[in-house]
Amino acid sequence: MSDLILFAILPYVALGIELSVSLYRYFGGSYKFSSLSSEFLEQKELFWGSTAWHYGILMVLLGHVLGFLFPKEVIAFGNVSWRLLVMETSALTFGLMALVGLVLLVRRRASRARIRAVTTKMDVFILLLLLIQVASGVGIAVVHRWGAMWYASALVPYLRSLFILEPNIGLVAGMPPLVKLHLVNAYLILGILPFTRLVHFLVLPISYIWRSWQIVIWNYDRKKIRQVK
Amino acid sequence: MNVRSQISILFHLDKCIGCHTCSIACKNHWTDRKGAEYMWWNNVETKPGTGYPHRWENQEDYKGGWTKDGSKVSLKGSGKFRGLKNIFHNPNLPVIDDYYEPFTYKYEDLFTAPECDDQPIAKAVSLITGKEMEIKAGPNWDDDLGGSPLYARKDPNLERLTQQEQDDLFQVERLVMMYLPRICNHCLNPSCLASCPSGAIYKRGEDGVVLVNQEKCRGWRMCVSGCPYKKVFYNWNTGKSEKCLLCYPRIESGQIPACMHSCVGRIRYLGVLLYDADQIEKVAHADEDKLVEAHREMILDPFDAKVIAAARANGVHDSVIESAQHSPVYKFVKEWKMALPLHPEYRTLPMLFYVPPLLPILGKMEQDLYDTSDEAYFTTIEKSRLPIKYLASLFSAGNEGTIREVLKKMMAVRIHRRKETVGDINAVEKALTEVGLTPKIADDIYRLTALAPLEERFVIPPAHREEAIEMTKMVLVEQGDTGFGFTEQPSRM
Repeated sequence: MSDLILFAILPYVALGIELSVSLYRYFGGSYKFSSLSSEFLEQKELFWGSTAWHYGILMVLLGHVLGFLFPKEVIAFGNVSWRLLVMETSALTFGLMALVGLVLLVRRRASRARIRAVTTKMDVFILLLLLIQVASGVGIAVVHRWGAMWYASALVPYLRSLFILEPNIGLVAGMPPLVKLHLVNAYLILGILPFTRLVHFLVLPISYIWRSWQIVIWNYDRKKIRQVK
Repeated sequence: MNVRSQISILFHLDKCIGCHTCSIACKNHWTDRKGAEYMWWNNVETKPGTGYPHRWENQEDYKGGWTKDGSKVSLKGSGKFRGLKNIFHNPNLPVIDDYYEPFTYKYEDLFTAPECDDQPIAKAVSLITGKEMEIKAGPNWDDDLGGSPLYARKDPNLERLTQQEQDDLFQVERLVMMYLPRICNHCLNPSCLASCPSGAIYKRGEDGVVLVNQEKCRGWRMCVSGCPYKKVFYNWNTGKSEKCLLCYPRIESGQIPACMHSCVGRIRYLGVLLYDADQIEKVAHADEDKLVEAHREMILDPFDAKVIAAARANGVHDSVIESAQHSPVYKFVKEWKMALPLHPEYRTLPMLFYVPPLLPILGKMEQDLYDTSDEAYFTTIEKSRLPIKYLASLFSAGNEGTIREVLKKMMAVRIHRRKETVGDINAVEKALTEVGLTPKIADDIYRLTALAPLEERFVIPPAHREEAIEMTKMVLVEQGDTGFGFTEQPSRM
């Protein structure tokens, strides 16, 4: 019963909240969409924490997404032992990088009076969830080896079953508790995301790459003005 | 020809007395609220001095503005890939301590302190943390410290001077300072805009005001380091960048921007300039010593029939063209060539121009008597207390000829007026012809400099969106309001 709630209902609830609240907040005036950067108040410690965390977590997320999109290819790739070893070590390295970065960021937030002044309860909450998520992820990588392979073969089918709206909780029933924690915590993060500063990752400024350098906006219709004499 | 109009500003530094009334007017209008306490969209700094934020002109550290890069100009610190790569940590960002930590005092202690032998004191409290703090810097911290080793000597502009020239500058008898009021330059090639990853900053087509869209800003803070003048500020409370908006709600309703209206010395002028937007790239790429000249060239003559036709075709309203014809800024910048942009070498094409100060010229002393002969009046420009090289570093990317030309013109006008009012000088004609002035023009310059009433100093074009202001929040309703934009209050998650 609890499996049903945690692995078949919770994901949909979380995704529903994520999408609806994010869209509502974005289109209902997106004033609050900001990275809420605190670099202006403390710059030096932020470098190690922020850089390690962001690059680490982005690579780890990329790994998860690749495994989800191309499970067969990942398994084929990992069939040669040295390649599997490369996958495993790089995943663990980036995971550790994210963990170290996150710990540094938490320490910075806790120890600096200026940063505490701009810390909200929601910040503490999301940091806690992220800490659990990354720690459990690194824990899984250490305790349950060759995650790339069993993730692609055993967990991806479950995740895919969610996407085709036929959740197959039988696939997760036998998973170790650490993996279950990782999954449930991920859903919690997803659901809480639109209420936190984490929304900044939904508005990554990719369009910067192709937009023109300068932006000029007219407040009135230039053609119309021309006709007024 | 792609004619656009720009509301342009002129500061006549010869008249600035450094009273900071402008800064206070701006502060009261726009930045008296949480997260913005440290911001001075308008500030006045003493030069030589380090300025605000500390040593903002040092682009080796802050990497603001553009730099020549082959056949193009590229951003010095940011840029598309470099900007995105540094998005998690911007190494060039000035931090709060480069400005100052905002503070207030525990005034209550003065009333609640128990009776004792000593005077009670009000301790300083940080406006960020709310904790007691030691004040290490504040607004105008280096005000009037002309000779101080901590401030004046750390002025980045002194790097252009030789050691001997620097030492001369700081001799006690020669000590000198000038005031440099600064607001956003509303550039034609703004590097804050170009560095913004979200595309939240934009330039208004009809009047050239550069604004930060508060709803699109995501706090990536590349604009703060990208602006070489450090005139985009990061609000640490809302996580958004803010900047001088040239009081556009005032301009749109025909009022004069607050800093300018309140100026005691009447140093400020405002008017429309028409310019050719097709030339922006070319001018931004000009050689350093030709930058001022190229910048001047792209400003168009509003009386030229061809320019008028092109402006009309481009949607510039007739009333704006008419306004450009009466622009005091046009006269100073283009007709008389007396006003110069601040640090043109940053290549952002700033549209705020300065008439450099004709500081008290060092009198020539012979046998304890000041030489007041005709000759002395004119030749002493070379010996002006503030080295021409220093002014050139500020206003002409090092081109001393440009500065000399302007100072001579100002001097010629003075000599001309001396002749008119006192009549003890005869070298007027020589002085005027040498700088290409006629008595008529000299009188015009004198009039606009010294006598011009409000309507001649500020020629504001109709905005043609007079009703638009009614959609926005009433400005100045209550303290702590953002005062602009729609009604959503700033808050953190």
